[in-house]
Amino acid sequence: MTFQITIDGRAVPVEPGQTIGAALHAAGVRAWRTTRFGGRPRGLFCGIGVCFDCLITVNGRPPERACLLEARPGDEVTTS
Amino acid sequence: MSAPDDRVSAACDLVVVGGGPAGVAGALTAALRGLNVVLVDSGARLGGQYFRHQAGAAHTATPGLDRFLRQGRALGERAEVLLGHQVWTVTRDGDRLTVHCQTPDGRPVAIRCRDLLIATGAHDRPLPFPGWDLPGVLTAGGAQALLKGNGVVAGGRVVVGGTGPFLLPVAAGLAGAGAEVLGVFEANGGLALARHPVLALGKAGEAAGYGLAMARHRVPYRTHQAVIAAHGERELEAVTVARLDGDWNVLATREVACDTLAVGYGFVPQIELGVELGCQTRPDADGMPVLAVDGRQRTTVDGVWAAGEPTGVGGRHLAELEGRIAGLAVAGAPVPGVLARRRRRMRAFGEALHHAYPVKPGWQSWLRDDTLVCRCEEVPVARVRAALALGATDARSVKLLARPGMGWCQGRVCGYAVACLAGERPRPPRRPIAQPISLGALADLDTH
Repeated sequence: MTFQITIDGRAVPVEPGQTIGAALHAAGVRAWRTTRFGGRPRGLFCGIGVCFDCLITVNGRPPERACLLEARPGDEVTTS
Repeated sequence: MSAPDDRVSAACDLVVVGGGPAGVAGALTAALRGLNVVLVDSGARLGGQYFRHQAGAAHTATPGLDRFLRQGRALGERAEVLLGHQVWTVTRDGDRLTVHCQTPDGRPVAIRCRDLLIATGAHDRPLPFPGWDLPGVLTAGGAQALLKGNGVVAGGRVVVGGTGPFLLPVAAGLAGAGAEVLGVFEANGGLALARHPVLALGKAGEAAGYGLAMARHRVPYRTHQAVIAAHGERELEAVTVARLDGDWNVLATREVACDTLAVGYGFVPQIELGVELGCQTRPDADGMPVLAVDGRQRTTVDGVWAAGEPTGVGGRHLAELEGRIAGLAVAGAPVPGVLARRRRRMRAFGEALHHAYPVKPGWQSWLRDDTLVCRCEEVPVARVRAALALGATDARSVKLLARPGMGWCQGRVCGYAVACLAGERPRPPRRPIAQPISLGALADLDTH
């Protein structure tokens, strides 16, 4: 059963078993943070937990890798 | 000595790190010989990269997946399988090893064992080029992981580039799942194996399948061509595709509008656990450091074994074979000559692939001064070259002066490129802490 998470309050559909990063990418959200120095947008790159480009804040917890973190119903992603 | 969080007592004979074809075969073989085995993997499911799959994977077309899943189920009945566990270090006291992991919720888990099998696989080896940090640019393996693990097609209009036979299943998978694959750009070509990349996958059935899928979806396959730049404001909008000479210098360019690029130039074997334990390394045929093993998959350190890509990139068939050999050897069983011969043949084939799909130095001419080399610390080429001009003579001193490789990924992504820019062969990575952990977990280790 498809469920929802939110990114900055906006709903994003998720298929069970998908990672947060995959769900966002599928919904057309390809960047969810900016770099410290250049303010460059970042989203998925390696997709397997190696590059740390896709760090994301979910439910207020410290940043985690969106490509590894399985989405759960009601997860709240914040980007700023 | 014993931490209160030790999950498994001294009763554990073998810990296998990695739940791909090598790790599962090794763990199952050893468990069938009566050993008490624990397999640890960071993923939510067994599979590693090649056999990555969704929970109800009936629709997954990965060749060999059914067999792998049967092995996984057989393993689950005979051994403890810890998924979602990230191994961050292995320590030794006397003849015992302790594997330190972290659960998804940050809980430390320590597993004591006599033997350790390193089956940690490999990740993509990217090369930097202008615009490669734009969202929409993914590694080939990343695009594959999205599809296999999540059922997500990486994009609508996709370009695939890099070198090696792995580009084919990536392109075929994307095209089959509905993406418009605008082209596969293979930077090499012309060698016997490169002219027949489908044969290079080593299994005629699989190869024919990818070739058919590419033909059915009219995916152009172009040799001696590469993506040398990515363009876009906030996301990828187009790439520059270049025709290359034999050294990868640019002969002519054109732009291709696309929303997604999947790019990969071979693989980086993940060997840090072995390196930190003192295992000797050797350069693979492409110069990448891999763990040196004997005919029984034994490293140079007592009780430490390795199988699959960490001993040299060779694909999933070789990985499974090496896992079986390691499982037999750890259990003290003889390794049948037929397995040893098959292993030598497949290893030679893996090395032939390295020679057919090398990385040529011309890629450095694609870089501009502001092209990022290190994505984590945002180090541009100019700063790396400034460090070299200051007198840095190797990748390590470049790192100290310009900080490439000092960020979150610990140089996993840029390490190869920095070594090339410094004019040296990539060295074995030193990562005493292989995964980010809490200070609490580190403090617990200190009390051991």
